[in-house]
Amino acid sequence: MNHGPFSLLTTHISMKKYTFTDKKDTRSGFGAGIAELGRSNPKVLALCADLVASLKLDTFIKENPERFIQVGIAEANMIGVSAGLALSGYIPFATTFANFGSSRVYDQIRQSVAYSGTNVKICVSHAGLTLGEDGATHQILEDLAMMRAMPEMTVINPCDYNQTKAATIAIADYNGPVYLRFGRPVMPIFTAEDQKFEIGKAWTVNEGKDVSIFATGHLVWEAILAGEMLEKEGIDAEIINIHTIKPLDEQAILQSVSKTRCAVTAEEHQLNGGLGDAVCQLLSRNLPTPVEMIGVNNSFGESGTPAQLMEKYGLNAKSIVESVRKVIGRK
Amino acid sequence: MEIQELEKIGAQVRRDIVRQVHSSQSGHPGGSLGCTDMVVALYFNEMKINENKNAEGFLEFVREGINEDLFFLSNGHISPLFYSVLARRGYFPVSEMNTFRKINSRLQGHPATHEHLPGIRVASGSLGQGLSVACGAAYAKKLRKEDRLVYVMMGDGEQQEGQVWEAVQFAPHHKLDNLVAIIDWNGQQIDGPTEKVMNNLDLKAKYQAFGWDTVDLDNGNNMEHVVESLKQARAKTGKGKPVVILMRTGMGHGVDYMMGTHKWHGAAPNDEQLLIALNQLPVTLGDY
Repeated sequence: MNHGPFSLLTTHISMKKYTFTDKKDTRSGFGAGIAELGRSNPKVLALCADLVASLKLDTFIKENPERFIQVGIAEANMIGVSAGLALSGYIPFATTFANFGSSRVYDQIRQSVAYSGTNVKICVSHAGLTLGEDGATHQILEDLAMMRAMPEMTVINPCDYNQTKAATIAIADYNGPVYLRFGRPVMPIFTAEDQKFEIGKAWTVNEGKDVSIFATGHLVWEAILAGEMLEKEGIDAEIINIHTIKPLDEQAILQSVSKTRCAVTAEEHQLNGGLGDAVCQLLSRNLPTPVEMIGVNNSFGESGTPAQLMEKYGLNAKSIVESVRKVIGRK
Repeated sequence: MEIQELEKIGAQVRRDIVRQVHSSQSGHPGGSLGCTDMVVALYFNEMKINENKNAEGFLEFVREGINEDLFFLSNGHISPLFYSVLARRGYFPVSEMNTFRKINSRLQGHPATHEHLPGIRVASGSLGQGLSVACGAAYAKKLRKEDRLVYVMMGDGEQQEGQVWEAVQFAPHHKLDNLVAIIDWNGQQIDGPTEKVMNNLDLKAKYQAFGWDTVDLDNGNNMEHVVESLKQARAKTGKGKPVVILMRTGMGHGVDYMMGTHKWHGAAPNDEQLLIALNQLPVTLGDY
């Protein structure tokens, strides 16, 4: 490896410390968020396609039985029913697994929701490899690309329990279609409990000057771990959480990269069409920069534990560290 | 409204359909002509809609449709019919029909909300989605404890879409007895007669088996029968079941050379054919 550029790095680094006392799944953050909406916003309805326990809807249903609509295993109909409720003035949250709330119902979302401008919130769990043992049939890794390509769709992929809860509450106040993606595994809670979630506004996890790491979803915690490992090597990483894939916080990305001059993206998604592509599209037009991308490289997933899968497909702190070394060498 | 008055409107709407499709040399006249009587009867006789007018003298359109009867067109390709009825009812200028399917128009090839055409509540065209949307709207009226009805029209070929049956299952389960579906059972689809392309078999038995109440409309091109079927359907609402009107129509009804064939499903008449058609359809309200 070429260590040349490393000698230029300063040693005045102090990586912001993130610790956690609790671990929870992001889907439970959604459950807590919609429970709160159940109490605060009478227009909010929840729909589910036979996955109530998986989506953590128990509290909402218990407290608002008349505002929950069970649709059975019929996701296409759920999207259409949601569109009809939304155009009638309600705020339907249509919930299922990410695979069934995106690829299975893409045309329904396209015509009845996005093109029709209906205020439907598509809230999906079990996204990505961390679904684990159920395997590739359920491990959607293309949904961000599909939803990003759809005009007028807002796409959000929060990183922990608190952020997912805050995002769930925030999207009820936004008038328009939203795809909110979260997951199944229990993850460290490291964002603030009382955070205000702003759609389209990136969160700077750590300021640094040698490389920008843009991470979304479960990969944000891995990016923090990577930052700590890089610090020991004398690399000062700027870590930015892009929770909103669309609209992208272009200003935050350009500002960071104009300082660091190289970037690594990290997402639990295909390399094709996700956060990495969005960042590269922005940079190639405005600030051509070396970028390395962490994601699944044009393959399906498989059965295994979440940790095994993230290791096998290179979606962890170790991979981020390797990509950072590589991209700094390309500066 | 008197049957004769409705028939007059129907004749004008049929002229509008043929002229729109001729003008843009594209569109779907067959199903539009076949469903004319029903959609005219709904908007000019059966449905209670918001009659408030805006500053320009057009009907004020409120998308939520609270305390209104609502209509959804699932088989969106019969848009020239929908546009004519909405314009003639007073939602937008009839002259706007000149823009049908042309660039920068609110009258898109298939109905859309995107350009904010008054009267359209959801986009349709990709088949099989309208009944689901209508279920959502009917559910919303139940939540609000409104007593107005939600109508949705579908094609018979459209019954081949799987999503339709998801919604057919949903409506009785949730006791949407304020929902009236209308199936244009003309027996034709793009590739030929429905029974050859993909046989629907007995739609009435299917809907009954799913828990719907049914109304037979043996001649959907007879205004008196159409009006009567809507009366029957309304009488069957509020009794725990959604209602479907099985409407037999002739594709292309009103223009002799377009009748009873799938060939005019999605084809436009040329200049000569237009004149033949217009000679069969009297001007009653004035051409746009």
